[in-house]
Amino acid sequence: MIEGKNLLDAKGVSVDFRINGKWLTALYNVDLAVKPGEVLALVGESGSGKSTFATSVIGLHSKNQARVSGSIVLDGHQIIGASDKEMQELRGVKVGMIFQDPLSALNPLMKIGDQISEAMEVHDVYPREKWENRTIELLKEVGITKPERVAKQYPHELSGGMRQRVMIALAIANEPDLIIADEPTTALDVTIQAQILDLIQEIQKKKKSGVLLITHDLGVVAEMADSVAVMYAGQIVESGSVEQVFENPTHPYTRSLLRANPSEDTTGDELYVIPGTVPSLADMDHSKDLFLQRVPWLADLAQEKVSDTPAEIEKGHFVRGNAWKDFSFPDEKTSKKKLKKW
Amino acid sequence: MAKELLKIENLKVHYPIRGGFFNRVVDKVYAADGVSFVIEEGETYGLVGESGSGKTTIGSVVVGLEKATEGQIFYKGLDITKASNRKKINYNKDVQMIFQDSMSSLNPRKTIFDIITEPIHNFEKLSKEETEKRAKELLDIVGLPQRTLYQYPFQFSGGQRQRIGIARAISTNPKLIVADEPVSALDLSVQAQVLNFMKKIQKDLGISFLFISHDLGVVRHMTNNIAVMHLGRFVELGNREDVFNNPQHIYTKRLLAAIPQMDVKNRAKNKQNRLDIEKEYQDNHDFYYGTDGRPYPFLKEISKTHKVAVNADELKNFEKENK
Repeated sequence: MIEGKNLLDAKGVSVDFRINGKWLTALYNVDLAVKPGEVLALVGESGSGKSTFATSVIGLHSKNQARVSGSIVLDGHQIIGASDKEMQELRGVKVGMIFQDPLSALNPLMKIGDQISEAMEVHDVYPREKWENRTIELLKEVGITKPERVAKQYPHELSGGMRQRVMIALAIANEPDLIIADEPTTALDVTIQAQILDLIQEIQKKKKSGVLLITHDLGVVAEMADSVAVMYAGQIVESGSVEQVFENPTHPYTRSLLRANPSEDTTGDELYVIPGTVPSLADMDHSKDLFLQRVPWLADLAQEKVSDTPAEIEKGHFVRGNAWKDFSFPDEKTSKKKLKKW
Repeated sequence: MAKELLKIENLKVHYPIRGGFFNRVVDKVYAADGVSFVIEEGETYGLVGESGSGKTTIGSVVVGLEKATEGQIFYKGLDITKASNRKKINYNKDVQMIFQDSMSSLNPRKTIFDIITEPIHNFEKLSKEETEKRAKELLDIVGLPQRTLYQYPFQFSGGQRQRIGIARAISTNPKLIVADEPVSALDLSVQAQVLNFMKKIQKDLGISFLFISHDLGVVRHMTNNIAVMHLGRFVELGNREDVFNNPQHIYTKRLLAAIPQMDVKNRAKNKQNRLDIEKEYQDNHDFYYGTDGRPYPFLKEISKTHKVAVNADELKNFEKENK
C-alpha cells in the first residue's frame, strides 16, 4: 500500500461477544486502512464479520456483551476505549453511517427535515439559523428534486430509493471524513441501486472523503471500489487493489466466490458450489485457515496453523495462509504455484 | 418444439382503490394489464422486473391465489381462472410454489415430515408407512439426510430451508412450479447450490418453472425464455439471446445497463454507457410510454421469438388493426 496519512487505521482488531456466558471471537486480527478519497470495499457472506467491524469503528458495541481489542485510529483519535462522550463527538463529524434498511433506520414519527436538523443539533458544526437552509441544501445534494416538500414529509411517504437518499443526506450532514456504507443498496432495485452508487461516488469525489463500503455483491465492488478486503469467518483472507483482487484472485475463498457467481460464461452450466457451511462462532479456530474446512481435497492443510501476518504476493496484494499455493479446483490441472514460477 | 404447458392470454388483474364518500372505487391499480405468454413443458420461463411491476401478481394468479379480473389461463385445454375447472383437472396438484423467504413460509411449529407431506394428504390417501417412505424419498431428492425428518425449520440453514420448500413443492409430482424470488435471500455460495439443484430436479423430473426474479444475472443463468415487465405490462419478450444480446425497448436496455459488471478494466466505459441510456430514457420517455406513464399495450414482432412493446410512432397502426 502507498504510504501516506490514513483516514482510518485499524490494526489487529478483534471482537469477542459474550454468548451464554462464554466469550466467542467474531472478528480476529483485522488490519484495514482507508485513505482520504478512497473507496475500500469489505466483501464477505453473511456472518463473516463485516458489519461487526463497522460497528466497532463507530463504537456501537455494547460494553457488557462485547470486548473489542486492538487499535482503531480515526483521523488521529483512538476509538477503542474511548468514552461515550468522546465517541458522541466523533460520530457524525468524523464518521457518518449509511444503513441498509432506511425504513428502520429513520424515525417514523419525525419529519425528514427535523431528522436532518436533529443530526446537526447534536454537533456544533453549523449554527442554528443555518439548519433549515442546510437541510434543503443537503436534500438537493442527494438528488431530491423537491427538497422543500420532502423536508415536510414522513419516511413512510417516500419510496425506497428516496429514503436511501435521505439516509445519505443524514450521514453527510456534518461533513464527515469517513462514510461507512453498510449494504447501502441491498434492498433496492438495480436501476435505483445504480443511481445510489453513483451518488455515493459523486459525494465522495467532491468532498474527498473516504468510504468504507460493506457489501456481499461482487459486481458492486468491481464498479465502485479502489481497494478490496475479502472476509471469511471473521478474518481478512485477501486484500489489495480492486484490479489485483479481481484479475488475480488468489485465496481459495475469493476464487470460489467468483466462481459461484452466475455470469455470461456460466449460462446453462452448473455453478460452482462451495461445499459445507460457514462454521459457527463456537467452532472457529482462528489460528487456522478456516476456509480450508470447505475444501475437502485439501483436508490435511486445514489442520495447519497459519501465520497472522499475511503473505504479500505482489505489491499491496495480501493473502492469508499458504493454501493458495496448492489450491486448484478439481477440474483444473495446475495450481497457482505451478502455474506461475514463484 | 416442446409442447405447450400453460398458456396465459390477455391476463388482467386490477385492484380497486377505494375512498371518498361511501368508500366508492375511485381508481384502480393495474397490477397486470393484458399480459400473454406461453410456458412450455420442461422449460424455465423468466419473469423480470423491478419491485411493483406485477411479476408476483402474475405468479399468484397462476397458482390460483389471486383472481384474474379478465383474461384466461389455459391448462390442458381448460381455463383455470375458474375454480371449478381447477378442481376438475386437479390443477392445484400439478402447480406448486416456492417462496422467497423460507423462514416465514415454513410453519415453525411443524416438523419437516409434517411440512413436506401436507400437500400429499390433500390429493392422495396414503397410510402412515407409505407417507413416511414418500417423505424419505423426498428428502433424498433434495439431498437432506433422512434423520432430519423430525426436526423443525429453525434447525436448518437458509439453503437447507429453501430445499425443504422445494421438497414440499415437488411432493405432489407437479408439472409446473412457480418460484418467486427463490434465491434473493441467500448468500452467493448457497444461491449457487439452490440454483444447481433447481436445474437438477428440472432435468430429473421434467418440471417447468415460472422463475420470478429481479436479479438479471440469475435469470440469464436459469431461463430459456424471458418476459420483461414494467408497470403491469410486458415491454419485451424473447429468448435469452434476444433479451440479453439484442434488447430493443429502452426499459430493457436500462435494466441491463444497471447490472453491476465484474469488469474492473472497463468500469468507466460501462458507467458512461449506463448514464447515456439513462439520459435517453429520461429524454425519450414519451416515445416509449403513454400519457398514463405506462408502456404501450401492443407488442410488435421483431423475430419469431422476439416481441417488443410498440413506441409512439408505431402505436397508430396497431390501434387501427385492433379496432
